[in-house]
Amino acid sequence: MLTYLPLLIIVLFGVGAFYASRARIGAAPEQPLPGLPGHYGWYGTLWTVVPATLVYAAWAVIDGQIIRNIVLSDHPGLSGAEATLLFVSIENAAAGVMTEDVPMASVELLLKLENLSTTARFAVVTAVSVLGFFWAWQRIRPELTARDRVETALLVALFIASIIAILTTVGIVLSLVVETFRFFQLVSPFEFFFGLEWSPQIALREDQVAASGAFGAVPVFAGTLLITVIAMLVAGPIGLMSAIYLAEYAHPRVRAVIKPLLEILAGIPTVVYGFFAALVLAPSMRNLGVDLGLTISSESALAAGLIMGIMIIPFVSSLSDDIMTSVPMSLREGSYGLGATASETIKRVVLPAATPGIVGGFMLAISRAIGETMIVVMAAGLAANLTANPFEAVTTVTVQIATLLVGDHEFDSEKTMAAFALGLTLFFVTLALNVVALRVVQKYSERYD
Amino acid sequence: MVITSVSSNPQPTLVARELSVFYGEKQAVFDVDLDIMPREVTAFIGPSGCGKSTLLRCFNRMNDLIEICRTTGSMLLDGHDIAGPDVDVVQLRSRIGMVFQKPNPFPKSVYDNVAYGPRLHGLAPSRSDLDELVETSLRRAGIWDEVKDRVDQPGTSLSGGQQQRLCIARAIAVRPDVLLMDEPCSALDPIATATIEELIDELRSEYTIIIVTHNMQQAARVSQKTAFLNLGRLIEFDETTKIFTNPSEQSTQDYITGRFG
Repeated sequence: MLTYLPLLIIVLFGVGAFYASRARIGAAPEQPLPGLPGHYGWYGTLWTVVPATLVYAAWAVIDGQIIRNIVLSDHPGLSGAEATLLFVSIENAAAGVMTEDVPMASVELLLKLENLSTTARFAVVTAVSVLGFFWAWQRIRPELTARDRVETALLVALFIASIIAILTTVGIVLSLVVETFRFFQLVSPFEFFFGLEWSPQIALREDQVAASGAFGAVPVFAGTLLITVIAMLVAGPIGLMSAIYLAEYAHPRVRAVIKPLLEILAGIPTVVYGFFAALVLAPSMRNLGVDLGLTISSESALAAGLIMGIMIIPFVSSLSDDIMTSVPMSLREGSYGLGATASETIKRVVLPAATPGIVGGFMLAISRAIGETMIVVMAAGLAANLTANPFEAVTTVTVQIATLLVGDHEFDSEKTMAAFALGLTLFFVTLALNVVALRVVQKYSERYD
Repeated sequence: MVITSVSSNPQPTLVARELSVFYGEKQAVFDVDLDIMPREVTAFIGPSGCGKSTLLRCFNRMNDLIEICRTTGSMLLDGHDIAGPDVDVVQLRSRIGMVFQKPNPFPKSVYDNVAYGPRLHGLAPSRSDLDELVETSLRRAGIWDEVKDRVDQPGTSLSGGQQQRLCIARAIAVRPDVLLMDEPCSALDPIATATIEELIDELRSEYTIIIVTHNMQQAARVSQKTAFLNLGRLIEFDETTKIFTNPSEQSTQDYITGRFG
């Protein structure tokens, strides 16, 4: 209870500070103020809430580490892993889970320190909140430019929100980079980027067959490329044509039915598409292949690509439809007024004007196809064949990442770290795609706006 | 009827008889009879919502684009029916060009804007023909000197008045007989408006022009005939000078003296 009490206090103090601060400026002599009374209220609230919350958060981050150091200082001479193990068992014992061989003195120390920390935090946070309030209180005068200050605080909050996403991305990339660097110490980058064989086995015995794994990523990326191309060959034309129909030809009532139905496609879990591909589409394609005299393996790039194409139709159609609908009616009238037919108007006016958005929709669909895992696992298989034949089984980057990390492996084996190298490469590939897409969109926007 | 303008052809270019337009259940235009004479500017005036734009858009069948819109009565262009269901709308619209209220150049270059219609209708077989047609149209719309060095730049980068003249050039590039103008100056500043009005006066020598306007001074300045509409009915249609000096109907008098509208 005492853990969350400071937060409750901060909220209550904040509400109180708002009314108190507002009342204080309201009592001042009548004159034009650099802010509404509400701005002075928010000024008081911000000083009461923000520093106290920061202290609370910082405390939560730091106190665990300090307590751990104090507790473990009674047990010198342990290695890092041993110390972690010991501390976890002490924590478990403190939480009431019986563990053998736990030094009871340390458990008691831990409980005592935790109590102390909670109480001290409560006192400190409350004090900071009160201090913040009085700091604001004595500064609230008619001269205080409360409006500017509150606006600035809002600006800072918005800025922080916008950089959180960026910082997260940076963090993800850094963690990938570190692991990839370790991987490249074991496997040469040359082999990874140009090797034509992918067989990430780790020998259990010295004399095992295929004892040394092969980490040439070309077949894996080729598989991703093949499946993505097949998927886009399906989704591109179908999605674009359905968007044109919906935006330009469909009666509003037809549109009101078809558009949501299409968007439902995007809501079907991909694993369900996977079933369909693996259990219905792939076998019937194999049978069809037998009838036609073709060899189609029961797990094929074609089956996975077709189903994935169906899955990403809504990404293409829905976005393109929105963009085309937003092309102003006046442009269409201008075209019709010159004697153009509906299809001429679409081809020469609507589509060019909508190009940036349509490219955006395609790029979204492509990155969706590249990132898709489940359908490929189920329909395309795991065999890393280097082939351009859509009737054969292939595998993709995401599938390999998933299979490499499934199961019990040490996190420092080549096999596991290969997943990070694949992930990082995939990250840069999609990044490059997005950059290209943005450039295309910008180029056309400059020309067409 | 006294005909003040010099006209070699006494036959009307456009004829409307008992023309009515409905939006669903609501009737917007009631039984309009109208003769538009060639090589003249005819102005449609009237208060907002009186049906003047709707009436204008009948002549090139733009109302067809509105699903719930229905037209009855007859319309003739040079004696040929243009109201029936079998009329080739593409052909009709190449003979009756339109300029819209808000300048609506396509998001293409100045050149491609003007070349749009000729390309659709195959009017210029070779590139040099097309170049010539584009230049002639831009000259006729009085904008050539301003854009001749930047015909490859986007039409949307021009000023509002230039955009509207570009739209006029685009309309006359398909060599129409009639130009419909739906409040062509309402989005423009006074200087650009004056330029367009001069242009309309010049274009009168080659085209039959119908202009919808909110601005009565504009109607008086540019038109030879004026039609006053109110509540979907054609109240009075006569020489512009007569409408503005000695109208026959009391409501015309009230409107032009600013008593309503």
